Amino acid sequence: MCRKINTFKRNSFLFILFFSVLSLASLKGLANGYEPVEHPAAATPEAAANFDPGKLITEHIADGYGWHIAGEGQNAIAMPLPIILYSKERGLDVFLSNKFDHGHSTYNGYKLEGNHIVAVNEMDEMNSHLATVNEELTAHLWDISITKNVFALLLSAFILLWMFLTVAKAYKKGSNKAPKGLQSFVEPMIMFVRDDVAKNSIGPKYEKFMPYLLTVFFFIFINNLLGLVPLIPGCGANLTGNIAVCLVLAGLTLLITLINSNGHYWRHIFAMPGVPIPVLIILTPIEILGVVLRPFVLMIRLFANITAGHIIGLAFFSLIFIFGQMSTGAGYGASVVSVLFTVFMGLMELLVAFLQAYVFTLLSAIYIGSAIEEGHHDDHHHAENSKIDLV
Amino acid sequence: MELVQPAFGLLFWMIVTFSIIFFILKKFAWKPILNMIKEREHSIESALESAEQARKDMQDLQASNEKILAQARAERDALLKEARDTKEAIVNEAKAKAKTESDKLVAQARETINSEKLAAVAELKNQVATLSIDIAEKILKEHLSSDDKQKALMSNLMKEVNLN
Repeated sequence: MCRKINTFKRNSFLFILFFSVLSLASLKGLANGYEPVEHPAAATPEAAANFDPGKLITEHIADGYGWHIAGEGQNAIAMPLPIILYSKERGLDVFLSNKFDHGHSTYNGYKLEGNHIVAVNEMDEMNSHLATVNEELTAHLWDISITKNVFALLLSAFILLWMFLTVAKAYKKGSNKAPKGLQSFVEPMIMFVRDDVAKNSIGPKYEKFMPYLLTVFFFIFINNLLGLVPLIPGCGANLTGNIAVCLVLAGLTLLITLINSNGHYWRHIFAMPGVPIPVLIILTPIEILGVVLRPFVLMIRLFANITAGHIIGLAFFSLIFIFGQMSTGAGYGASVVSVLFTVFMGLMELLVAFLQAYVFTLLSAIYIGSAIEEGHHDDHHHAENSKIDLV
Repeated sequence: MELVQPAFGLLFWMIVTFSIIFFILKKFAWKPILNMIKEREHSIESALESAEQARKDMQDLQASNEKILAQARAERDALLKEARDTKEAIVNEAKAKAKTESDKLVAQARETINSEKLAAVAELKNQVATLSIDIAEKILKEHLSSDDKQKALMSNLMKEVNLN
């Protein structure tokens, strides 16, 4: 067992080393793309100072309509993604994102403004700088494009389905055999979620909530890991660090908590037994707020942790180019330090990937557990809850 | 600020995709996996239990074996002791019997010897008596073989009588 863990550690280390080198290579390509072609008029060292780490990081963290892999401007290697727009007036529009030509042209009466698609008044105008925005139409334009994050989401959905349907098949085949392959990788985590998360936090009725907890756990875990993989389209997105994704996950936890809550739960919120009325006047609003606040914190925690991890990793890489602009030597010198730091951060992020999946699942389980908890007053449990709220 | 504003498109896709993942996995993955894990746990538990039971049985068996062995040993010892005692008793008895027998024999022999001796002495006495009579007869016969001698004797005897 011990040896297996060792090889796993070694493999994951090599894995991180591999992808840090890869991402270094991709950024290098990006920086190279900067200098010569795009600004031929100003191909001086001063022009190279255009490298803007803030823009780079924001672009990576935020969603986008294409999959930018390497390079910049005309040289960029990017994968176009389908854009799907619907409005009552114009109906359904589906086309690829490269039609916008990085925001330089309009298409079908739409143009890219900043990171948003807006409707324009002039249907025939090709130059996006001349087309004027149709504010009224933009306001009720439904944009369900397959953006970078949606693409990553769909890919991770396929990975999850493939992974667990394969594992389920293995279980059906050899019911009482020892697990092997993917099954032996997944089973300890399933057991962990069941024994250490669900059983401990929910109690005897945990089985009903296992499918949700397992799905959430592996969804976050797999997407956190995919977010660490650079270059390959569909990976390296900041999906679990996107507020919309976190909102849906936390919203589902809230929904399940509310659906399954019992009288005991609400009694504790509106009139905590054993608390004098003057205190209740203060406590009850806090408790009511807590019902919504807990999932809200759940959302913010996941969003902030994953986003911060991506920002730090990219910031270390940006250091190379910031130093590189001072002098080439400093750039190479900084790259050594940056790679070391990024390897370290990558290892940290692997831990965080698991930890955040665990924390999200654990807190969801605790909230569900507190909603379905029956019977007598239990001070210890409340103390535990509020302690975990601080995590 | 765009970072913290949930985009409608992603929200939509997230709800759709996550629901699909959830329902498919729930039906086709989590249920069989959790059931199988539970089943396996049960079978492992029962196997462990039966192993424990077997171990206990084995221990009981060993204990009872030991008991039987000890019993057998004690029985053997008792038998040996008894046999030794019996042997000793028989030997002693035989010795005593032999002694009385020999004593009796010796006494008998002594008695026989005595009586034989007495008989022999008696016969010897008889023979001596007979011999003495014979001798006396012969001596008398010789003394009285001639008239002279008979007269001499007569005269002797007469002389003795005269004296009286």
